[in-house]
Formats: sequence, structure tokens, C-alpha cells
Amino acid sequence: MSNQQPKKLRTDLNPSRLLTFKINDQDVSAREDESILAIARQNDITIPTLCHLDGLSERGACRICIVEIKGSVKLLPACVTLPRQDMEVITHSERVICYRKKILELIFTERNHVCSVCVSNGHCELQNLAVELGVSHVRYNYLYPRHGVDASHSRFSVDHNRCVLCLRCVRVCDEIEGAHTWDLMGRGITSRVITDLNQPWGTSETCTGCGKCVQVCPTGALSEKGKSVAEMIKRRQFLPYLQMMRGRHEEPWQK
Amino acid sequence: MTLNIEDLHQIANIEKDRIEGFQHRINVCVAAGCLSCGSNILKESLEKEVSRRGIDNWCKVRGVGCLGLCKAGPLIAMETSGTYYQGVTVADVTDILDSLGGSPVSRLVCPSDAPFFRRQSRLVSENCGRIDPERIEEYIAEGGYEGLYLALTEMTRQEVIEQVTTSGLRGRGGAGFPTGLKWRTVSKTTDVVKFVICNADEGDPGAFMDRSVLESDPHRVIEGMAVAGYATGASQGFIYVRAEYPLAVKRLRLALSQAERLGLLGNNIFNTTFSFNVKVRLGAGAFVCGEETALIASIEGRMGRPRPKPPFPAEYGLWEHPTLINNVETFATIPLIIRKGGAWLAGIGTEKSKGTKVFALAGRIVNTGLIEIPMGTSLRDIVFDIGGGIPDGKRFKAVQTGGPSGGCIPEQFLDMPVDYESLVQVGSIMGSGGMIVMDESSCMVDVARFFMEFCMSESCGKCVPCRVGTRQIHDLLCKITANQATPADLAMLEDLCDLMKNTSLCGLGQSAPNPVLTTLNYFRDEYLSHIHDKCCLAGACKPLKEVP
Repeated sequence: MSNQQPKKLRTDLNPSRLLTFKINDQDVSAREDESILAIARQNDITIPTLCHLDGLSERGACRICIVEIKGSVKLLPACVTLPRQDMEVITHSERVICYRKKILELIFTERNHVCSVCVSNGHCELQNLAVELGVSHVRYNYLYPRHGVDASHSRFSVDHNRCVLCLRCVRVCDEIEGAHTWDLMGRGITSRVITDLNQPWGTSETCTGCGKCVQVCPTGALSEKGKSVAEMIKRRQFLPYLQMMRGRHEEPWQK
Repeated sequence: MTLNIEDLHQIANIEKDRIEGFQHRINVCVAAGCLSCGSNILKESLEKEVSRRGIDNWCKVRGVGCLGLCKAGPLIAMETSGTYYQGVTVADVTDILDSLGGSPVSRLVCPSDAPFFRRQSRLVSENCGRIDPERIEEYIAEGGYEGLYLALTEMTRQEVIEQVTTSGLRGRGGAGFPTGLKWRTVSKTTDVVKFVICNADEGDPGAFMDRSVLESDPHRVIEGMAVAGYATGASQGFIYVRAEYPLAVKRLRLALSQAERLGLLGNNIFNTTFSFNVKVRLGAGAFVCGEETALIASIEGRMGRPRPKPPFPAEYGLWEHPTLINNVETFATIPLIIRKGGAWLAGIGTEKSKGTKVFALAGRIVNTGLIEIPMGTSLRDIVFDIGGGIPDGKRFKAVQTGGPSGGCIPEQFLDMPVDYESLVQVGSIMGSGGMIVMDESSCMVDVARFFMEFCMSESCGKCVPCRVGTRQIHDLLCKITANQATPADLAMLEDLCDLMKNTSLCGLGQSAPNPVLTTLNYFRDEYLSHIHDKCCLAGACKPLKEVP
């Protein structure tokens, strides 16, 4: 990710063009530049998400928000798919629900998500997703990778064991704070978020200490120091506020 | 400096006269395969010996592109007599030069009437092994850049696209998207800035077609790109070539500077209003950068990771402008289509797959190397006739096409014609054209494990199904080959493959389970034997006990 990356998925859309389509047999209307996810939320249809966060650019990477579209065999992520006139979207077919569960299970196997000792226990988006999707057990093998904790920062710490690589921290740091302290290194299963050029967070010269990354993190990977088990409650009120003050016309942040 | 057609013909004639002035022409293959066997040293000593004997006014030693039969390198072709010599060493130089004008050195002769040479129809690789890739004049002497001239001066943009559409050419990079349709889509966009990208990020294990074309005939690709630029309205081209191909990069850069010097690239080409420039961009070793959106991100200087499609690059590509991305081989076919007409190419191949395709034969096969055959040739012909069969009297087991995204095709489909549709039908893909032949000593579970290991290490890690799925599948395959798996693991393997196929973000993740799925389909007994009998049917998985 660099500063030159377009914030929106595309810039060539005409927001004054409108269209109507169907989500779960319900007629809905949309502007051309609104995603299926945004429209669903406007109409009180919940599509589970993980890497998506209102106010940040979309990645379409976690695949939790996949939906079925009638006439297409492909499952498409609702956060980055734009509706078309007369499209018929199905958000909760059996097929989609099944795949969502499996993807979530894969995330649980990838790192060491041990809720009982986690600062975010009870306030964790990953945990909530599991409850929402009814994931009570994981059928795949746990990978148990060895990951470290970086507690070199005076106020925050990062525990890679709980990271789901949603890259919200990278995006908020780059797009909202403008510091671009966070980035990603490695690829595939070995990729990991890093501060600056993989230096300890505490020695980072670009980090402003604003803590936005901590507040947007969906799990207990990024947390404030001094919090014990289940004490880390994320405060994201700044995000819609900043969006509004900067005059961007994004959807209000919702949850 | 701008050329016109007379200048072009003059260059061609001077070059032809120069070449034909030599009574004997010794063509030494200097493509990567033969170079690695020391063909450059061979060429030097041939040149030295020729000048020592003082016969350099009637005998010419030339470095040429790939002659095809890589396993027999270094290869030499005596152009006037049509004799091929294989496995030539420096010690053979005197014998070869002694034989000039007389009968060939029999111990070195490579039978050029063998099916390997006879059954091929070389279109894209017509100049490979015949011209010096480092001299633009030789390409022009073979009719090079005439297609560009024709397109620019005698055809409208629409007519060019019309010819490409008529030819029925489909993308040679793997998916087989109709090239004419892609060109038309880009030409229809209204943006004033458009780009043409040549995808030369060939990364499939066992595939080296694009490398060979770039090393043997780089100008052909440049000409094809310029025609594409004219047809779509783009004035800037990029060739994204992997840095692991230093020779291809060197020859491409040389070719670009030669073309610029002659005014075949640059402003007002052939005194028309069309301007086109090409830049080379090097990949940094990521397989996923062959995926078009990741490739674009890489050219833009960002992390080479795919993004969700749509929007497709044709409307929203490089720096947010409409972008045409084609494979090396696709561009290399274009000059022929312009010169000979689209209908001519449409006359070759099968109903839905037109033209020829270059394949790289590798693995357990006698004739390892590059072949170009018409679409629709049967696998049996490719493996047993052209490829010369399986060495050491072993039995054929399967052929793997399409690299890590393709599948393993078993013996029962040997008579199947090779075209886009048939390959998809049996669970594989055309891919870029790598063919890896396996004999009875290969364990198919191990083969699947190899490809999954490749995908795991090349997965970019952006989407969850591919990042974690490849690792999970790889672990399961390791477990199976180690005889520690249970029937439940097999069910989980199929479940994970299905998940990856349906939910991954880009083509890499969606197609990564193909080697596993096809082997599960056609060689299930090998999986079952590993699981139930705790033994490897092929005897390839070492730590296991033999079949009782």
C-alpha cells in the first residue's frame, strides 16, 4: 500500500446515476457508486464483515461478506461489488452461510486465538462473528504458529498471535492519520503487519501515538497497555467524526 | 527519423544479400537452454576457427534463437544443408568445419526429419532458430514490421480489430479470452490515455515458452504490441518481464533501442500520427504478479497483490486508465494475422481454438524442449510422436498441463484433442503451455503436494481462503504422503478444495486446488492406498514400505 493508491475502489463512477435491484427478494435502490454491502445495511439487512470498516478503503479480502448473485456461479464479496440494475442478490443462502463458517474457521486455525486469556474477550469482532455465524467448533487443524508480542511502545502493544491480517491498522494509519507507520511484510501464510521497516513499535519515528490502529483493530491483536482480560473495549467514535469534518461523503459509521 | 516502406524493404534486401553472400551459415542456438550447455563458448571457438582458417568471407557463424530440442543442446543448424547437430562440444569444431561442403559429421547429426521437427507447424516461433535475435535487420528481412506498416497505413483501427476477431485468436496466457473482444473493449473506452501491457511474467514450473520467444524473436512481440496500441488507441506500452530471465530482458532492451533508432517506435511511426513507446518493467519474483491486477499494481510500484474484479483492467487498469493486457505469445501472433489476414489463422486449429500453440515439454519425456503445434493435436501425438515417448521403457501415467492452476490428465484422455474446451472438460486448463509428463514412478499425491507447496509459498496472503487454505491443504497432503492420514482427512481435503475454488479472490486461489482435484478424480486409488494400506502405489514416497 502506498499513498498513491486510490482511496475508493474506483473513481470513474457517476454518483448521480441511480438503479434498483433486489436483495433477498426485497426491492432496493442504490446510487451507482454504492456497494451491495452499503445498500444492504441501509435496508437493515445484515451481511457479516471482518476486514471492512466504514470510513476506510475496501480490500475485499476476508471473504466473510460473500453473497450469491442469481445467474452467476461466482460468489462475490458484498463490500466491493457494485449492484447492477435488476440484479438479484441473496445474502443468506445455505451455500453462502456454509462457506462463511468455513472461512471463519480457517481464520481461527491460522493463529493462536485463545479467547479466555485475551484482552478483547467479550468485545471482539472475531468472537462476535463466530457467535453470529454459529461456529461452535473448528473442523480444521490448528496451525499453532509461533508469533511474538511487541510491547516496546509506551502505551500500546501488538500481539501477532491474535492478528487476522484485516489490515485495518495499515489503512487507518495511512488514510486517516497519514503516518503510514504500519505496513505488511512477507507473503502468504507468513505475512505479518510491521511498524516502519520491521522495527520495534516503540522505536518508530513515524508513529504519532494516536492509537487509531488500536481502536480499529477487530481483535485483541492491538491493545492499550494496562488492560487485563476482557477489559479492552475499542472506541471508534473518532472515525465518522473525522470523516464528517473532512467533508467526505461516506456512509456514516454504523456499528 | 521516420521510415517508409521502401526503406524497410531496402533494409530487408541489404540484409538478405549480406546473409546469402555466405555460402555456409552455421546457426548456433544461443537461447537460455543451449547457453547453459555452453553454446556461447562453442560459438566463440567456431568463430575463432573460421577466422583462423581464413574462410570468414564465405562461412558465417551466427547466434540464433531457440531451435526447440532443448534436451540435445547445444544445437547447431547448418542453414544451407539443413543438417542439425546435437550435443556439440568445442572438440567437434574442427570436424564440423572440415565437413563444410561435404557429407555431414554423422556422429553429431540430429535427425531433422524426426517427428519432433516434422510434425510441428511453426508460426509464432517461425523465426526462432533462424534469425539473430540481436539484429533488427534480420527480423526485417523476414518480413518483420511489415505488419505494423500495413496496419498503420492501410487499415483503420476497426479493420485491425476486425482481423484479430476473425482470426479467432484467444489469449495464450491461460484463460483463453478472445483477443479480438478484449481489443474491442479497450478501443471502445473513451479515456484519452490508455496502456498496452505485455505479460511476460511466466512463472509456471516447467514452462519456458515466453522466455524462448523473447530470447529468440523479441521484435515480434514489440511489433504485436505496437499494432495493439494502434488498434486500441494506446500510446504507451509496458513489458512486464520477470527478473529471472536476464537474457530475455537484455535482448528486449536491445530490441527496443534498435526499434527506436529506426523510428519503428516513438513519435509518428511510418509518418503517421501514431506514436508508441514501450518500457520494460521487471518483476521481483512473485508468481501472483502474472495475475493482471497484481501485475498492474506491481508496475504502479505497489505491492503485487490482486484486487477484486470487476472493474476489469480493460476499463480500469494501470493508473486507473483502460489497459490492454495480453500474453507474449498472443502479441507474437499479431504480426502474422496482419500480414496474412485473420481468415488464414482461423483456418488452422479446431472450431473454437484457432491457430497454433507453443508448448514446453518437460518431465519424463524423451524430447524435452519447445514445440509449436496446431490446436487440436492429440495428447498422444504430442507425448509419443513429437515428444518421443517415455524414456527407460517406463509406462506413461499422466501429463500435467497449465502449471499449478492446471490438472493432471490420465492415460484415458490421451486421444483428446488439445484445445481450450477439452482441457477444461477434463479438469485442467490450457494455461501458458507447460506440459509436464509423468511416468509410473511418480506418485500423484506427491505431485499434488508439490504443486500445492508451490501455491502456498506463492500465495500473496491477501484473502483468507487462499492464505490459510493452501497451507491447510498442503499439510493434509503431507500427512497423506507420510501415511498418517485417515479417511476423514480425505473428506476434509475435498472440502477445503471446494472452499478455495469458490471463495478465493483471484485466479491463483481459485485454480490452486486443480492439481489436487484432478488427481483425486483420476488417481483416487493412490490416495486410498496411502490412507488405508499405508503404502505408495508408485513407490515414490520414500519413507514408506514397499507394496506387499
